[in-house]
Amino acid sequence: MEKFRVEHLNFHYGDKLALSDISISISDRRITALIGPSGCGKSTFLRCLNRMNDTIRGARVEGRVLLDGQDIYARGTDVVELRKRVGMVFQRPNPFPQSIFDNIAFGPRVLGLEGDLHQIVEESLRGAVLWDEVKDKLKQDALGLSLGQQQRLCIARTIAVKPEVILMDEPCSALDPIATLQIEELMQSLKEEYSIVIVTHNMQQASRVSDFTGFFWLGEMVEFDVTERVFTRPAQRITEDYITGRAG
Amino acid sequence: MDRYVKQRMGFAFLTACAIAVVAPILVVIGLIFIEGAKAVSLEFISAVPYGGMKEGGIFPAIVGTLILTVGTALASIPVGVAGTIYLAEYARDTWMTRAIRLAIVNLAGIPSIVYGLFGLGMFVLFLHMGTSILAGVLTLAIMTLPVIISTSEEALRAVPMEFRTVSASLGGTRWQGIRYIVLPQAMPGIITGIILGLLRAAGETAPILFTVAAFYLPQLPRSPFDQVMALPYHLYVISTQVPGMPMSVQYGTALVLLILVLSMNLIATVIRSYFRRRRQW
Ligand SMILES: Nc1ncnc2c1ncn2[C@@H]1O[C@H](COP(=O)(O)OP(=O)(O)OP(=O)(O)O)[C@@H](O)[C@H]1O
Ligand SMILES: [Mg+2]
Repeated sequence: MEKFRVEHLNFHYGDKLALSDISISISDRRITALIGPSGCGKSTFLRCLNRMNDTIRGARVEGRVLLDGQDIYARGTDVVELRKRVGMVFQRPNPFPQSIFDNIAFGPRVLGLEGDLHQIVEESLRGAVLWDEVKDKLKQDALGLSLGQQQRLCIARTIAVKPEVILMDEPCSALDPIATLQIEELMQSLKEEYSIVIVTHNMQQASRVSDFTGFFWLGEMVEFDVTERVFTRPAQRITEDYITGRAG
Repeated sequence: MDRYVKQRMGFAFLTACAIAVVAPILVVIGLIFIEGAKAVSLEFISAVPYGGMKEGGIFPAIVGTLILTVGTALASIPVGVAGTIYLAEYARDTWMTRAIRLAIVNLAGIPSIVYGLFGLGMFVLFLHMGTSILAGVLTLAIMTLPVIISTSEEALRAVPMEFRTVSASLGGTRWQGIRYIVLPQAMPGIITGIILGLLRAAGETAPILFTVAAFYLPQLPRSPFDQVMALPYHLYVISTQVPGMPMSVQYGTALVLLILVLSMNLIATVIRSYFRRRRQW
């Protein structure tokens, strides 16, 4: 099943063309990894999917991004509603300087979601495999958690608004190997319910966790295919060079 | 020279500087406390002055200063905080906003007598408020606003951009991000700015000189168009305008003003640490 369909997407920062003519399809309940050298536009592309680029001055989008067949850049799109459906986890763990409970409850509160807040918090923390570690200290400051726990807290905070897609921009780059593995396992369980798009610089991670892989090079999507094929028989020479460490 | 010796010398120098800064303040405060305590009594803070202000107390001046300070707070805090939020969070960075920002920073450094003269021209004369609490409060508020705005804006900008982004990514509106994440974190800084501004307003003589302060007025005010006595002006009057004034009355008045200002400071510190600890909804 197709979740996102991106058609001829161009993105400009002022005069600078950051993404050119990207067309891909992102599947529901699958993990799609985006790889490529620094500055090639991975984060820019990711932010196009929930319109987090909107506030950047001078930024301009061309082409179409369809979420369940609806163009999210069409006039009259409710951006708040879009971001509820397409959540985001950032590179650096960034809990609010508040209690664990309030962090998770933030989204449901601002969106005015129905339902028992305590139950939502518990479900979200369980979903992020953090519940057992924090269930006795929900009232404590989230900044007291380890970095790995903080990142899982951020994932829990994202799933608390019950999104359909989760975008992750290098979610493990600030974490140690064990915390990284925990997040990777978590992603495997999350993909039962969500469509996940992850940007990573870690080739092993991309090949371990993802079902599809897209390779960005200088603002273009050079290769997009089933992960196994990208890593074993890439169609482009440049992809092979990058994956094996000869380019980038 | 041995770098440890160097470090010790540097450290000694810094300590000496710190003492040089603190010592005079302690001497002044100590003197006011010791000398002032001789004059301050229940009668001194609760009675009306008489006998050429050499006898009785300073009750009307205390009430006047409290009224002016509370009035200034009411007039300046809502406008100041709302304006700051607009400037820091909503306004685009154009030459206009930059000019406004520059003007505010400069206004915060203008001598208070200039505000006094502005108040006289604007409120007392042009707007026909006369010498009144209203005119005095508005003058003090205008003097306080730049302090509130510039310190509060600093506090808002110190909150990492990231939190606003995260709030938006969770479906929060701009205002919800500000209201629930940014403001609580900036609150200690904003309160500091408010208190700094109000302390200045409570202690200044020049802005109230032509706009509200009465030389001698034992009755308490009954409307915003009445005049009041005020502590800083009263202190100025009894130290310079009344011959043969006993020193103890002057010290006593100074002590009361000092205690008023210090206790405001204390309250501010308590509120600030409360917000610092809370930092949530
Ligand atoms: N706010 C911005 N304004 C102007 N140019 C930008 C902005 N953000 C990114 N760029 C430029 O757009 C290009 C793509 O940036 P992007 O952050 O998407 O790369 P990336 O692939 O995520 O890199 P990295 O792996 O280092 O995170 C870069 O050349 C970058 O300099
Ligand atoms: Mg990036």
